[in-house]
Amino acid sequence: MAKDVTKTYTCIVCPRGCDVTATLDESGGIVSIDGNFCPRGETYVRNELTHPMRQLTSTVAIQGGIYARLPVILSAEIPKEKMTDVMNALKDVSVNSPVNRGDVIISNVCNLGVDVLASRSM
Amino acid sequence: MYDIIIIGAGITGSFIAHNLSKRQCKVLVIDKEADVANATSMANSAIIHAGYDPKPGTLKAKLNVLGNRMYPDICKELGVTYRKCSAFVVAVDPDESKILDTLKSQAEDRDVTCIDRSGEDARKLEPNLSPSVIRALEFPDTGIIYPWNVAIALMEEAVLNGTELKLCEKVVDITKTSSGYTVTTDKSVYESEYVINAAGLYADRIYEMALKSKPDYSIIPKRGEYYVLDEMAQTVVNRIIYPVPGPAGKGVLVIPTIHNNILLGPNSDITDSPDNNNNTASALNYVKQNVGKTVINIPYDKVIRTFAGLRPSGNDGDFYIKESESLSGFVNVACIDSPGLASAPAIAEYVINEVMQGRFNYELKSDYIHRTPIKYMNELDDEAKNEMIAQDPSYGEIVCRCCLVSKGEILDAIRRPVGATTVKGVKKRVGPGLGRCQGGFCEPLVVDILAEELGIDKTQVRYDSPDSVMLVDKM
Amino acid sequence: MGVITKDIVIIGGGSAGIAAAVCAYNNGCKDILLLEKDAELGGILLQCIHNGFGLHRFKEELAGPAYAQKWVEMLDATDVEVKTSTTVIHLSADRLITYVNPREGYVTIKAGAVILATGCRERSRGAIATPGFRPSGVWTAGTAQKYINMHGYMVGRRVFILGSGDIGLIMARRMTLEGAKVLGVAEIMPYSNGLPRNIKQCLDDFDIPLYLSHTVTDIKGHDRLSSITISKVDENLNPIQGTETDFDVDTLLMSVGLIPDTALATEAGIKLHPKTKGAVVDEHMMTSVPGIFACGNGLHVHDLVDFVSLEGEEAGLSAAKYVKGELTHDKSLEITAGEGVSYVLPTYIDTKAMEDNTELKLRVGYNARNVRIVLSCGDRQIKEINKLRIAPSEMEKFPISRDELSGCTQNLTISVKEQ
Repeated sequence: MAKDVTKTYTCIVCPRGCDVTATLDESGGIVSIDGNFCPRGETYVRNELTHPMRQLTSTVAIQGGIYARLPVILSAEIPKEKMTDVMNALKDVSVNSPVNRGDVIISNVCNLGVDVLASRSM
Repeated sequence: MYDIIIIGAGITGSFIAHNLSKRQCKVLVIDKEADVANATSMANSAIIHAGYDPKPGTLKAKLNVLGNRMYPDICKELGVTYRKCSAFVVAVDPDESKILDTLKSQAEDRDVTCIDRSGEDARKLEPNLSPSVIRALEFPDTGIIYPWNVAIALMEEAVLNGTELKLCEKVVDITKTSSGYTVTTDKSVYESEYVINAAGLYADRIYEMALKSKPDYSIIPKRGEYYVLDEMAQTVVNRIIYPVPGPAGKGVLVIPTIHNNILLGPNSDITDSPDNNNNTASALNYVKQNVGKTVINIPYDKVIRTFAGLRPSGNDGDFYIKESESLSGFVNVACIDSPGLASAPAIAEYVINEVMQGRFNYELKSDYIHRTPIKYMNELDDEAKNEMIAQDPSYGEIVCRCCLVSKGEILDAIRRPVGATTVKGVKKRVGPGLGRCQGGFCEPLVVDILAEELGIDKTQVRYDSPDSVMLVDKM
Repeated sequence: MGVITKDIVIIGGGSAGIAAAVCAYNNGCKDILLLEKDAELGGILLQCIHNGFGLHRFKEELAGPAYAQKWVEMLDATDVEVKTSTTVIHLSADRLITYVNPREGYVTIKAGAVILATGCRERSRGAIATPGFRPSGVWTAGTAQKYINMHGYMVGRRVFILGSGDIGLIMARRMTLEGAKVLGVAEIMPYSNGLPRNIKQCLDDFDIPLYLSHTVTDIKGHDRLSSITISKVDENLNPIQGTETDFDVDTLLMSVGLIPDTALATEAGIKLHPKTKGAVVDEHMMTSVPGIFACGNGLHVHDLVDFVSLEGEEAGLSAAKYVKGELTHDKSLEITAGEGVSYVLPTYIDTKAMEDNTELKLRVGYNARNVRIVLSCGDRQIKEINKLRIAPSEMEKFPISRDELSGCTQNLTISVKEQ
């Protein structure tokens, strides 16, 4: 008889950090997902098993701001393996103050369908 | 051509330079470090001992007592803080009490004030003395300073009066010439009639360069390690607490500092290199264990820092201060371990007046300039503070919240003669980073101020030496 | 000349202080002054550019600066007076406050109530007495975070991190993404003090090893850091000889704990808690000195900013009541940490003056699963809550009502018990 395999993940969706267990059949198909407090935990584990997604925050240069760097965040998660590409895309970006929180700093960054947004006004 | 080259800008070299700057002679001071008072003079107990304990008949005994008496006036003249905080030497058993008898009679012989107290009497004055203390000798003339502040002030005034100072320059060769000496550094070549070797931990190596053979003394670096307690622990003791001295020196002390911190230490370990000023777990444990013998209720949760310093000890136990027998005009001021700091002003006079016996008898300058002391905001009343802020708002901008140091004071520290060029230099002069956050909050601000004042990029700002890189890349 | 008076003066314009100001204002106290030492409000959040803030408060995951900005916007909607670049120098028990800024110089004012929202500082290398040399390249994680995220300068290229607190973990990810090589994280305890999600997304994602039960035992380098040594520690946390491993690194970041900043509390003679190192407070966040309140990381170190804000609001509400004369300060029940609990706040509850419901905040001493948290009064158990999982890194909240405490005449103990 085929044996099911279990894999445990620490959910990173929120600070709660649920331990979510996925039970997989022999061919890697998902049999069940348990231990998540909310539905986002299940989505997270499904993604981890197929295509892990991550949020990414960083900074870009800003001219005329109170500090030298403007913090930025993505409008949505991106595939984990694309983080380096996005970091590279941010390297040569420089914006001018004033910037408002939520302003698009780079739209559709690296063709990922995700925007880079200002985390704060500056 | 200089009259005199002094190698070493520690407390000894600084006192000698300062003394000579009052006379009409051309003096150059060279130090491999990035700042004045950056090695032995930076990391020690910061005590002006009263002078009761060095062995009778030694230079140490003579110069310590003299130096102790000179400090109050010199510090006043320079505008640096000197605090006569007094000291107890405590005994915990009858054998130790016998040692106190010896110290007491030495003190009487040297005219050093000494008060004999019972353990009970001593505990009334210092409630945290261990219950096992049975007797204490009080030496009320024991003082504390910040050694680097004194050395920097001395060098500052010397430079104001024409002394030249070369930092970050390492002496690599010294050669006797017909008219004096050629001193070669890693950057330049200098000529002088006399050389004063005040090179501390490197004195024997410097002498060997000139001598071209092994000198008749050698420096044995002895490491001492310390804990620093936050000013919140300042009520632990009011006076310096010494155990009775032993073969290894003065023992592990509890020491109040000028900024109301408490130092615990030092131990004494011989190390094989003059650069081994690292802390070790074993020595720090030793300090903890031994402090407990004299003082109780030490709040170790108030430790904010540890440090280690190296004493440039000689092989015969006394200072080695004399002109070379084979190299005339080459003066060794060496083996200046404890009580070197306390003796330093007397050492300078001894070198100039006795060792050189009139050969440094240059005429006194008539236009000697005194330095303007650093204005520390903390030492002013609110009205005076507000006057300063009205004139320059940067004095109202607090950079270091632990020690309450303003931006204005940091700018002063950088702009003065012999000004700070490094983060450590700023810390030594005006104090940001000495407090409980250890620079966690203020260091980025200090780096900003240094970069702006010195007109350099922040990647060029150094903690201390030219290789002590801080920020590696601009993003 | 008379001393200027203010109903409420709040010291510290980070997340706790802003929330306290907003809440006090919205509860009828209009004469409020908020003092902040930095050039703008927001506190340490301004350098915490990562996301994860606001899930409780705003039901969305914000970056630190965004969370701060949302609160500043709420504050801007009030008439609270704000002074930035203003450092408080003195605080006395009778609520005289001396502050300084470049515009006014030194000014002393009198407050009807004071809220201490002073935040915390990081334990430094010196505080834990790590042996070795003292070169450049050794920073607290938060200082490095400030250099990188606000000043735009990298602090190093090859990095080791001591301590697995959240700031250390977050800096491991941040520095890796910025091109540095993070060689490892050492944690002296047998478990991490960081949130599980940070272990995952900051270390596991980048294959950064976590060395549990290890600490840094040597630091080398005369100028810039050149290498460090880590050693395994025994059950008493003492390094075990022969377990040393060296790492050639130019940077060592310390993430070895946060300590509430209590310089002003100490000056005012406020009693401090031996465990939290912050003030001792009652359920209204009032310290041992009447009219002086404390909240946020300046009271005890939190793991989530949302709870810092919440605590700021509690302090703000209480201070507003205090200045209106609605808050009594009676001697009350003392709550102590029992078995398995490292600390509990508040230290005192006044069953007469308390609201209908309040919350105990506690930190447990170890990791465990399927336990009960039990509140007892002498031999009598008052209330228990089952917990699937507890960890020292996560603050637990224990709701308690006035009804549940009725009849309690002696001191309360809260403990962790097996199920």
